[in-house]
Amino acid sequence: MRVLAAMSGGVDSAVAAARAVEAGHDVVGVHLALSRMPGTLRTGSRGCCTIEDSMDAQRAANLLGIPYYVWDFSERFKADVVDDFISEYAAGRTPNPCMRCNERIKFAALLEKALALGFDAVATGHYAKITTDASGRRELHRASAEAKDQSYVLGVLTAEQLEHAYFPLGDTPSKELVRQEAERRGLQVARKPDSYDICFISDGDTKGWLAEKVGTAAGDIVDRTGEVVGSHEGAHAYTVGQRKGLRLGTPAPDGRPRFVLEVRPKENTVVVGPKEALAIGEIAGSRFSWAGADPIASGLVAADGEPFVCEVQIRAHADPVPAVARLVPAAPEASGDRELVITPDTPLDGVAPGQTAVVYVGTRVLGQCTIDRTVSAVPVGA
Amino acid sequence: MAYLDHAATTPMLPEAIDALTAALGVTGNPASIHSAGQQAKRSLEESRERVAATLGADAIEVVFTGSGTEAVNLAIKGLHWRRQSGGPRPRILAPAGEHHATIDTIDWLVAHEGAEFVELPVDEVGRVRLDALADELARDAASISLVTMLWASNEVGTIQPVLEAAQLAAHAGVPLHIDAVAAYGQVPIDVRAIRRQTDAPPGAGLVAVSVSAHKIGGPAGIGALVVDRSAQLEPLLHGGGQQRRMRSGTQDVAAAAGFAAAATAVAGRLDVDAEHMAALRDRLVAGVARLVPEARLSGDPDPAGRLPANAHFSFPGCEGDSLLFLLDAAGVAVSTGSACQAGVPEPSHVLLAMGRSEADARGALRLTLGHASTEADVDAFLAALPDAYARASRAGLAARTTSFDR
Repeated sequence: MRVLAAMSGGVDSAVAAARAVEAGHDVVGVHLALSRMPGTLRTGSRGCCTIEDSMDAQRAANLLGIPYYVWDFSERFKADVVDDFISEYAAGRTPNPCMRCNERIKFAALLEKALALGFDAVATGHYAKITTDASGRRELHRASAEAKDQSYVLGVLTAEQLEHAYFPLGDTPSKELVRQEAERRGLQVARKPDSYDICFISDGDTKGWLAEKVGTAAGDIVDRTGEVVGSHEGAHAYTVGQRKGLRLGTPAPDGRPRFVLEVRPKENTVVVGPKEALAIGEIAGSRFSWAGADPIASGLVAADGEPFVCEVQIRAHADPVPAVARLVPAAPEASGDRELVITPDTPLDGVAPGQTAVVYVGTRVLGQCTIDRTVSAVPVGA
Repeated sequence: MAYLDHAATTPMLPEAIDALTAALGVTGNPASIHSAGQQAKRSLEESRERVAATLGADAIEVVFTGSGTEAVNLAIKGLHWRRQSGGPRPRILAPAGEHHATIDTIDWLVAHEGAEFVELPVDEVGRVRLDALADELARDAASISLVTMLWASNEVGTIQPVLEAAQLAAHAGVPLHIDAVAAYGQVPIDVRAIRRQTDAPPGAGLVAVSVSAHKIGGPAGIGALVVDRSAQLEPLLHGGGQQRRMRSGTQDVAAAAGFAAAATAVAGRLDVDAEHMAALRDRLVAGVARLVPEARLSGDPDPAGRLPANAHFSFPGCEGDSLLFLLDAAGVAVSTGSACQAGVPEPSHVLLAMGRSEADARGALRLTLGHASTEADVDAFLAALPDAYARASRAGLAARTTSFDR
């Protein structure tokens, strides 16, 4: 098939492209220009978006003997990922820009452009597996390399997107093996450091960057009863679960440390409380999608509304937690008409609206929802 | 492969390769006093004379540089700096839509040296508005360090009114630099004739012209700046004082020999080549009009007003990079014509300066011919175009709106 290999300049996408070539596909390398003003050299932990990264990708493509192009997605990236990140934070939510990029750029704008230009699939260096069930439907699964598994950030992919996604690294047991393979193949990026920060925040200072974009205004820090216990310089600088840096004037009555429970941007208020109040007993969201067959087609339930057993993961590197989920009619104010409600068997810590809850059944990614609301496992005053 | 990107670079001429390779084996620094040095010097100066002859200049007026970009930098910075000795002259006049060698050099002078960039408007074909130039020159000629402009646009091929601009600059007593990198080898260039016709006083009017060897079939890595003997400029590079102290550094005898061979060959058949390329260009423009009537020709529609080797189109609803990719896959090499930074495309500032929309600029494709181009090259492009255009249109739709928006 004709494969477009998205090449960031990192080792994973280079090896993924190499494997696509070796599998006999007709491969073209494409580097996504996500900024019109790219930095010149790689700094710190960012693994894309600089001219050096673009050159690394090109050198890898040269070695593989495949054509290489740079395509400009900077405007779409700004609108769909960067501006979305800012507005989500401004609304008090905690978005995952990498998921948004997969959802809107790599497997939407890029994939659709690739299909229009005659490609059959987009290959990336993600660690995740795509399998086909008995009836020919695609399924998304966790990677063999558990430590590197990236199925979480791909949880937003739909059945149509999975039809044209290709993850050549899914079966590799570890990242180290990918690096060794890169060395064997003579790829210069074999020992290039991993990237882990947000690619469009060049110095890694997310809070400072947000303060610049969103602006800062002093406001109150309150406890769960609404009593003011301190002040802050800008609510967006706080994340749910945070303990350090609160500098509360009024000590808690019981003298125990307090944690950020909630950020309310409209009121410019940060809510704090005891650690046990962080425990979330239920999460729900009306913006959900299924990665392939939905729960009914998957044979998990006979009809919407019925609960099914699953595991829920709320961050890229969080452990999955056993849970029960069901689709219910959404509250009138929700953006969709139905809502995915997930009840973990044990309460979750540090959950914030805007985060994505990915639902697994075994190793299979069933789907995901953006968390709209959370329900504390501990009532106020308890 | 059908190569239709000769404006990026064009294959070296056999006579240039022969001259270059023959000279590579010769020992001797042209600045050395011994016989070996004198032999190298002789070869170098013969090359300089031959290049000078193709530009209507004396050999002493030709300064070899490492590139066209360096020549442009030397002209703009060198003139600007030197002109500050007679009192502050912050203003640099240049049309919109110049090459980045000019824009970025001026921007640097603005950012670091207190220069003031006076951008002259261009019309819808990209030609400088002479009335605007005249107005600026009349406003306060004493505050202008130089005027600089392209002889012809590297992107849309529009030929600038060089003689008229030189006339205005000469009359105002202001030096004019012309970036002739794109025009060299396609239109006659005669610095001496222009100076004579415009009655240019010493140091004013047309005083400097930049050219590059690899655009005419010479080697990459060598360009030249013609500096009229009456003009003075500060060097960019200091050192051994070579080339009238305007460009220190050991001179590349072999590259100069290759340059001279190409320049001589091209100048000797300029009329024939220009006619040949113009005929192919007309075939190409007619073919595009027939196959994709909605495509829009950029630059001067009058064949006499544009470079004979240049055709430039906007394909509505398409992205140039999609077209480039599809045509490349079909064995046709073209350019989006826009500035690239490590391959990162931007909408063309040239088209924007001409009043075109960002969407128009995004769908731009530049096709440029060389003297060895054939009808088969043009026909290969025309054969691949309809399918590429259809696919790129679909991709353009996908790029503007993803399934999320529909």
